[in-house]
Amino acid sequence: MALTETPMQAERARTIFEKSKRGRRAATLPSTEVPEKPLADLIPSNLLRSEPPRLPEIAEPEIVRHYNRLSRRNFDLDSGFYPLGSCTMKHNPRLNERVAALSGHARLHPAQDPRRAQGALELMWLLQESLSEICGLPHVSLQPSAGSHGELAGLLLTRAYHADRGEVRTKVLAPDTSHGTNPASVTMAGYEVVKVATNEQGGVEMDDLRAKLAENEGEVACLMLTNPNTLGVFDENIAEIAKLIHEAGGTLYYDGANLNAVMGHSRPGDMGFDIVHVNLHKSFSQPHGGGGPGAGPIAVSDRIEPYLPRPQVVRREGSNGHGPAFDLDFERPKSIGRLRGFQGNFGVFVRSYAYILSLGGDGLSEASEIAVLNANYLKARLAEGRAGERLPIAFDRHCMHEFVLSGKPMKRDLGLATLDLAKRLLDFGFHPPTVYFPLLVEEALMVEPTETETKESLDAFAAAVEQILAEAEDNPDLARNAPYTTPVRRLDEVKATRQPIVRQPLPVS
Amino acid sequence: MTRYTSATPDDRRQMLDAIGVGSAEELFEQIPEPLRLGRPLALPDGMGEAEVYERLAALAERNADAEAQVCFVGAGMYDHYVPAIVDAITSRSEFLTPYTPYQPEISQGGLQVMFEFQTAMSELTGLPVSNAGLYEGPSSVASAGYLAMGATKRKRFVVSRGVHPHSRETLATYSVGYGAEVVEVGLDGGLTDAAALAEAVDGETAAVILQSPNFLGAVEDVEALGAAAKEHGALLVVACDPITLSVLKPPGECGADIALGEGQPLGNRLDFGGPSFGFFCATEAQIRRMPGRIAGETEDVDGRRGFVLALQTREQHIRREKATNNICTAQALNALGAMVHLAWLGRQGFRELGELLVQRTAYARERLAAVDGVELLHAAPVAREFAVRLDAPVERVLDRVAERGIAAGYPLGREYPEFEDGLLVAITERRTKAQIDELAGVLDAAVAAERGAFPSHEHAKAPLPGGAS
Repeated sequence: MALTETPMQAERARTIFEKSKRGRRAATLPSTEVPEKPLADLIPSNLLRSEPPRLPEIAEPEIVRHYNRLSRRNFDLDSGFYPLGSCTMKHNPRLNERVAALSGHARLHPAQDPRRAQGALELMWLLQESLSEICGLPHVSLQPSAGSHGELAGLLLTRAYHADRGEVRTKVLAPDTSHGTNPASVTMAGYEVVKVATNEQGGVEMDDLRAKLAENEGEVACLMLTNPNTLGVFDENIAEIAKLIHEAGGTLYYDGANLNAVMGHSRPGDMGFDIVHVNLHKSFSQPHGGGGPGAGPIAVSDRIEPYLPRPQVVRREGSNGHGPAFDLDFERPKSIGRLRGFQGNFGVFVRSYAYILSLGGDGLSEASEIAVLNANYLKARLAEGRAGERLPIAFDRHCMHEFVLSGKPMKRDLGLATLDLAKRLLDFGFHPPTVYFPLLVEEALMVEPTETETKESLDAFAAAVEQILAEAEDNPDLARNAPYTTPVRRLDEVKATRQPIVRQPLPVS
Repeated sequence: MTRYTSATPDDRRQMLDAIGVGSAEELFEQIPEPLRLGRPLALPDGMGEAEVYERLAALAERNADAEAQVCFVGAGMYDHYVPAIVDAITSRSEFLTPYTPYQPEISQGGLQVMFEFQTAMSELTGLPVSNAGLYEGPSSVASAGYLAMGATKRKRFVVSRGVHPHSRETLATYSVGYGAEVVEVGLDGGLTDAAALAEAVDGETAAVILQSPNFLGAVEDVEALGAAAKEHGALLVVACDPITLSVLKPPGECGADIALGEGQPLGNRLDFGGPSFGFFCATEAQIRRMPGRIAGETEDVDGRRGFVLALQTREQHIRREKATNNICTAQALNALGAMVHLAWLGRQGFRELGELLVQRTAYARERLAAVDGVELLHAAPVAREFAVRLDAPVERVLDRVAERGIAAGYPLGREYPEFEDGLLVAITERRTKAQIDELAGVLDAAVAAERGAFPSHEHAKAPLPGGAS
């Protein structure tokens, strides 16, 4: 491959601070209008700042150009296939952006009196009801800001539930293959993680679960699971797992990262889960924003309800000819309290509710069906030819919405690591799958196509993988040195951690 | 087919053939039969785009937003003008739709924005290290507590009652989990009681947590208050409003180890409370204990400058139960909005905005204090928000003022029972002199009408005219 620089590569990164020039500006502020006093008469001078922060000085045209150019140095879902396992990169409908931007939503102050925010509270209540039906659990709190925040909420709810019964439990079970947030949340919630082994189907190893429950009798507060599991396979032992955990006095927590597989087909509540978090930025189409915002509402069973965060959105029947009214309920004496400011990420709720209205019950069910169909089709395509040989499926059976391949034979036979394949895919215009997760599969590639991709996209991806494996037979260095066409090539991540440079040094003015 | 899927009957048949099954239902047979739902979800059928729009527009119309009402409500989130370029840039697909930048070669735009944002927040706070953002303000305070526990191996927080009630409550919620004790220090004349604070801090204190301006709008002498933390080896954590850092001494120059806060005032709309972002800055000493994503500068194999997620060994996907925090989101899009807003304001404009707020706030405070039946709740210096006491039930006064199209402020009674007659009034650059004058007039009439009425806690809230439907 010729190593001539692309125009994008030739344009070296320069920050907006480096484009600044003293005296330039974009904003024109309103005049003060009121009689002015010396600042030091209003605020003691020892509390005042001597020099303004060295923000960039730059006029509007160049600000716009700077960020437009930066945007072109990003790959995004609207540009191409993004089969990132466990992340559910489905289409983000633009309608949702439009309705979220309506001033009645976007410019509504969070401390507005509930009587003057009835539309917002009704929307939140309707979303709660919808998520309750989808999850098969009667109560919902929208407050958690993300999946990990929902996990922390679920563990604090578990703690409050046990404390209310006079029980002190110190351990939380989680599969050794769980998402990293699970054990991190467990520690933050003051529990100790006890790892449960995973069987070859990616499910809970039942003998180990029984052993861990016996070893830690009376101490297990909770088991955190995702189902379908991390190999994309539905854990058929789930009813038995729920029975064992409940008999041991624990709660069963559902990490909703994989909910997109089962909407309208199977419900966590019916599986026996007590607490579920839902990633609105995964299954319910909130754009990921390059790393947030999202939201992680939780749905819970009756026995957990008293402890839900406050405030809670409630619907009160009207009297004297008035219709029902919506309110924020702060009077929740057993509540774990707040997890954040105000009521949660309302803008995300608007988008997700618009999505639920757009699809309806039948459409959500169909979305999951096609997510599963697409995943199985892509799995079948990747079982053919070179991919089938070099990238075997980790557990060969029908998957749900995602599946895991192992790059072990590819590494052994071609000297290509999973990372190399991932980087070479960038040159083909694809975002790679999730790599090196789950840890139980060597050289793992976790592929989640989602329902919004066409058969043509899936075919093109399978063809690209085939081509990369073919070219590697002759020249493995091609992939080992990839990518070539991206704005920058492989970056030195070790340096960024050993000698971190986390801000731009600026000249003293 | 839903409108967001593309599988035609023909596609389906080809795909099922390739998989080797007769129908999609077969793929769901791995779910044990008793756990299959076996019925449609009890939700309405899907709707066309126009119908969804109308449905949501009808809900939006039933909210009194800051376009329908003149908004003097603050309490942590403010009705600032968000420049048009913020919307234009944050709505670009390339920023809106990617995931977290796990593949840095194709995420340089987002990573560089994080790096620029970190630089800007570091400038504002006067601390050298910033992360790329947390969920929002109050949970950032809880994350600071967790960091302080790790840094000091102590388990007690001393928190001023001037810290936002949502932050204090969130800290308390988290503390039950990670096993910390929260000690609250009261206010005196609107400011943190310095003597009580000095008394409360000891060798077991992990962090002293202050807010400036505090919830009542008063500018605290952080440096003086923080001395108690320094003396006992506790971390000094300062929550602040980023807009006021245009004029106030940055926490980093006042001895703060951590400066954090709610980022909404920078380039983010009100959105009924979120999404926004929290910012989180610290001293070099804390860099490996920081929560959240951090972008760092590095080079590619050809020596080109580039950016990556740095210090990932702190994070949950690597360290699992030993991670410094469980957070994975950086609110990247919201932080981008903040960065664009700050670039738009620029060095001069940011300063001017801060001075404008101080001047108009001083004017409004004076104007309202002159109203019969309104007095200042405290006389401490303020920057953009101030508290008054009303000689009439606050809720009833607010209802009367609302009838004139004004949201007069935030009632303090729920969270500060000692200030049941208290009202917090916020100023932004959108609140003109004419609006402030109008507020004074309307408040005058409302207080006069409600004076001597029964106390606010004894009356039930009246439904609004027309009621909720």
